[in-house]
Amino acid sequence: MSSTLKLAMRNLLRYRRRTLLTALLITLGVVALLLFVAAAGSFKQTMVGSITDSMLGHLQIHRKGYTASMDNLPLTMSLQPKAVEKVEEFLKADPAVAAYSKRVKLGAMFSNFTENSSIRLNGVDAAAEDLAVPALRQRISEGDKTGPLVAPGKVLVPALLAKGMKVKLGDSVVLVATNASGSVNGKTFIVGGILEGITGPGGRDGYIDIKDARELLRMDKDEVMEVAVRLKNIDQLSAAQERLASALETIRNKEDKPATELHTWAELSPFANIVKMIDMMTFFIRIMLVAIVLVSVMNVMLMAVYERIREIGTLAAIGTQPRKLMAIFLSEGLLLGLAGAAVGVALSYAVVALLNLYPIVFNFGREQITLRPMLATVEVLGVLGLAVLVSGLASLQPAWRAARMDPIDALRHV
Amino acid sequence: MPLIQAQNISKNYRVGDQEVPALKGISFEIGEGAFAAFVGPSGSGKSTLLNLIGCLDHPSSGTLRVHGTDISTLSRSAAATFRGENLGFVFQDFNLVPVLSVYENIEYPLLMVRGWSQDKRREQVNKMIAAVGMTEQANKRPDQLSGGQKQRVAVARALVGEPKLVLADEPTANLDHDTAYKVLNLMKAMRNDFGTSFIFSTHDPKIMQEAEQIFTLEDGRLSAQGVAA
Repeated sequence: MSSTLKLAMRNLLRYRRRTLLTALLITLGVVALLLFVAAAGSFKQTMVGSITDSMLGHLQIHRKGYTASMDNLPLTMSLQPKAVEKVEEFLKADPAVAAYSKRVKLGAMFSNFTENSSIRLNGVDAAAEDLAVPALRQRISEGDKTGPLVAPGKVLVPALLAKGMKVKLGDSVVLVATNASGSVNGKTFIVGGILEGITGPGGRDGYIDIKDARELLRMDKDEVMEVAVRLKNIDQLSAAQERLASALETIRNKEDKPATELHTWAELSPFANIVKMIDMMTFFIRIMLVAIVLVSVMNVMLMAVYERIREIGTLAAIGTQPRKLMAIFLSEGLLLGLAGAAVGVALSYAVVALLNLYPIVFNFGREQITLRPMLATVEVLGVLGLAVLVSGLASLQPAWRAARMDPIDALRHV
Repeated sequence: MPLIQAQNISKNYRVGDQEVPALKGISFEIGEGAFAAFVGPSGSGKSTLLNLIGCLDHPSSGTLRVHGTDISTLSRSAAATFRGENLGFVFQDFNLVPVLSVYENIEYPLLMVRGWSQDKRREQVNKMIAAVGMTEQANKRPDQLSGGQKQRVAVARALVGEPKLVLADEPTANLDHDTAYKVLNLMKAMRNDFGTSFIFSTHDPKIMQEAEQIFTLEDGRLSAQGVAA
């Protein structure tokens, strides 16, 4: 085996320039793919992290039908205390669940005493919300980032609204809400923080304490509109979703139908479609890499066979078995692919290291994204394996041709 | 038992719709330790006959036995095995592998065909390199050698596996007169030292005189055979 590889290596070095150019082409393909995967992965991770860690959580539980009319923030579609109790029971029992936060969601009128605007609010328990969406407090651009997320009597105001209504930290504002039975109630709050908005649903919501929200809505029971769930590891999402969905099935309404619905962050955020698009683009770039390797290696190997017909005849004449001849040419193609891909991987690691030293920063909507690309070993091995596999496939036909060559015809070839 | 037994062998080639006979019912025998030549003008069938004996081609009819094996019916793979174990080849254009050194070219049949161990290979290759007087050039590549040196290497490569028979198609055609004689003398010396039979083809009357047995071919027929004077 080593002698075959040695001979293959020597043959590749016989036409140095051609080998170098082909390997370079494979290298460029591998670098392009790996850098795209690394950058897209970093973008995806940043965005998904931002959406799940500072807003949605990994999973959300609502009363059945709530998400269909979520934009209207319906007050009549809340989870009743008994259902909430059961939901909490399931969440506490699930090994993948790290934390959860109950939310009372409402729409209100926001007044600075001179003008009014509308605001979407989340009434939350500060400690639970902190655990379920730990990056939420990082969005506080003005205000105390170290104390409780939102204290009773205080409101976290979205930056756009604060700017538009010219309210500052410590200002008094009035929130007026209509409750489920149609009566109106108002309450004065102190602006406890200004929140930077992020892309996606709820990205421009304000926050108040859950007791304040219930008081504003004159709720006499501990109803909840939403339960945001954080998992210990996002990789456990599918399994946890499956487990929780089947557990939640047991919570039935009066018509003996499921009373709750469970959604992943991807089902709630339009960014999931961008993720799908990125994955699709990665797939197409992968196909381009396959095409580059296939065409370049096959071209080189066909030329190699054509140029060495007499040599093939000689080797066959002195007793080299057809399978050995095939192995020689296959090895050449594989080595070519491996060399090109290996250099590509090394270059990709170097470029990724440089991009981590000097990260690329850009704005996505109102968010500032810092790209810190990472190369996952699995991805690198996959690309390396793909390049070598395709090189092997591309060499198969030329190698087969060499092995099947008639020694006499080959020896006569001029 | 003779090394080669040919009985009424014919070989036809198809050119378009026509069958063109290259050999027409040839019969002969060659014994072990022979130093024989197939002679005749171009197109007389010398190379075709060498190709048949070398298991590179099959006769259209007749029986051809080499070292007791009927080689007329060998499969592609079996023919390769037979060549690797029993035959050596020397070509007119030397046909050395350009990316291998002298040592590696000679080693190739033992390594890639026979699969000998490294120690056994080293001993045998060094013996052959010394026998053809190429020890000084062992690490050189073919493009650093003269024509005569290349043919010496080719002879060593043909002999390294200690075959029963070495076939050489016009081995001196690309060499000057002096070098051609040196190569022939080398081949004869190898025959004497190792007992290997040599059959070569030539159309050079001076070279054919070096053979101990001469088979003259004309238009695909064996017109004469005899022992050189």
